[in-house]
Amino acid sequence: MSLKRACAIAGVAESRLGVVPDSTVLSLQAEALVDALADAGLQKSDVDGLLVSGAWGRLPGLQIAEYLGIQPAYSDSTMVGGASFEFHLGHAAAAIQAGLCKVAVILYGSTQRSRADKYIFQIRNDLGYQYEAPYGLPTPVGSYALAASRHFAQYGTTNEQLADLAVSTREWAALNPKAYRREPLTREDVLGSGPIATPLNKLDCCLFTDGGGAVVVVSPDIAKTLDKPPVWLLGQGESVSHAQISEMRDLTITPAAKSGARAFEMAGVTHSDLDVVEIYDSFTITVLLTLESLGFCPPGTGGEFIANGRTGPSGEFPLNTNGGGLSYCHPGQYGIFLIIEAVRQLRGECDARQVADATLALISGTGGVLSSNSTCILGVE
Amino acid sequence: MSDDELPDPDSEPYWQGAASGELLYRRCGSCDAAIFYPRSLCTECGAPDPKWAVSKGIGKVYACSIVHRPPPSFKDQAPYAVLLVDLDEGFRMMSRLAEGDAESISIGDRVQVVFNDGPDGRPTPYFIPA
Repeated sequence: MSLKRACAIAGVAESRLGVVPDSTVLSLQAEALVDALADAGLQKSDVDGLLVSGAWGRLPGLQIAEYLGIQPAYSDSTMVGGASFEFHLGHAAAAIQAGLCKVAVILYGSTQRSRADKYIFQIRNDLGYQYEAPYGLPTPVGSYALAASRHFAQYGTTNEQLADLAVSTREWAALNPKAYRREPLTREDVLGSGPIATPLNKLDCCLFTDGGGAVVVVSPDIAKTLDKPPVWLLGQGESVSHAQISEMRDLTITPAAKSGARAFEMAGVTHSDLDVVEIYDSFTITVLLTLESLGFCPPGTGGEFIANGRTGPSGEFPLNTNGGGLSYCHPGQYGIFLIIEAVRQLRGECDARQVADATLALISGTGGVLSSNSTCILGVE
Repeated sequence: MSDDELPDPDSEPYWQGAASGELLYRRCGSCDAAIFYPRSLCTECGAPDPKWAVSKGIGKVYACSIVHRPPPSFKDQAPYAVLLVDLDEGFRMMSRLAEGDAESISIGDRVQVVFNDGPDGRPTPYFIPA
């Protein structure tokens, strides 16, 4: 069974991003929904599927449906960290293919910067966490730092290589008016930004912002009636491997290895067919490990792959073209913004940062502590 | 951190072992896999009720990060080295270098368990160079 062309993305939007004190997690999602529905040319009354994820509230799937005044026939509150929205996209496709709904909306909102909804970052010591909590590893950065330490030791990867990715990502952000950090950044700035947990420095880490997003996913018959060109889901794969970093078998291979292979197989495309790639960048090391796990480069060579501006606006591998979680926004769970940017690139709506003639995109969301991954391949025509 | 529910039924023998200076793990009676953290079934073959076993507490550092910006309750301890240790019996656990310069430990080093009081006062496994 395949999800190829089972659904199309018809509308995308962000809410206000950055620091948005005059908002709630609910109002930010409403803000994004209104704009995404307008982008799609659909009404709220058309929505019969709702896919949400958040670390706020008690029962986010109920609270947001109530706030919006939607009684969905299909609901999904899959919560696997920042990758949840790429999981949702696959799940929406399956639900639409099964005839369970026709217009599904994927939503996210967070006011983590302006308000105190920081539950996801609290250290827990119950259940499996009791075997890690005594040791004071900051979460999630410390877990990614451990993975980086292993990659450095095993393959000779360097802080300079990671810094170059942060610099290239910032160059994309400079072209995006909505990006939170747009001022120029140098390799030396990153290397000198101070260690958080070695080998990761402060500017290897994503932003900490407010923000929300919405993605409208529709059945093929509806997609064909809308004004904007549909962006088709061509392939999707998902994989979950662990909850805490001490349970990850090989710190250099992420669940993207499995989910990516499934997505490529379903789409029937290969790496060199892709025009633009959007990879979850909670930390610089996340991108390096994901690139290797997805097969863009052999194991151990991710450092060379991202170094020297190769992924920037003047490089040969357009990556994280909105400026990423490192420089554009990162409201706790970033994955929805991967979808939004890929759709805009494929529609040719990205102005100064537009990748020329982009018709095929890959997005890869990573959640938890390299715990979950869903990879999707999107295309137009 | 709240300790209200610890130890729990899955972890009680582990923490009791730590209190008497023993590092406990579990081993599957069916496929012989070493299992950590301790739980009620084998993560490899699914067989229930793996047997408790005592580790010699010797292993090799698999990954290591020196924490400079710790969680609030660990603030006065930084910098310290958090380790993932591969024990010789075939399981992996998180721990910390028990003492000395955080920079003095590297991936691949042999280490040996010691038991010191953890943040909640409970005897907890840490490691020193072997």
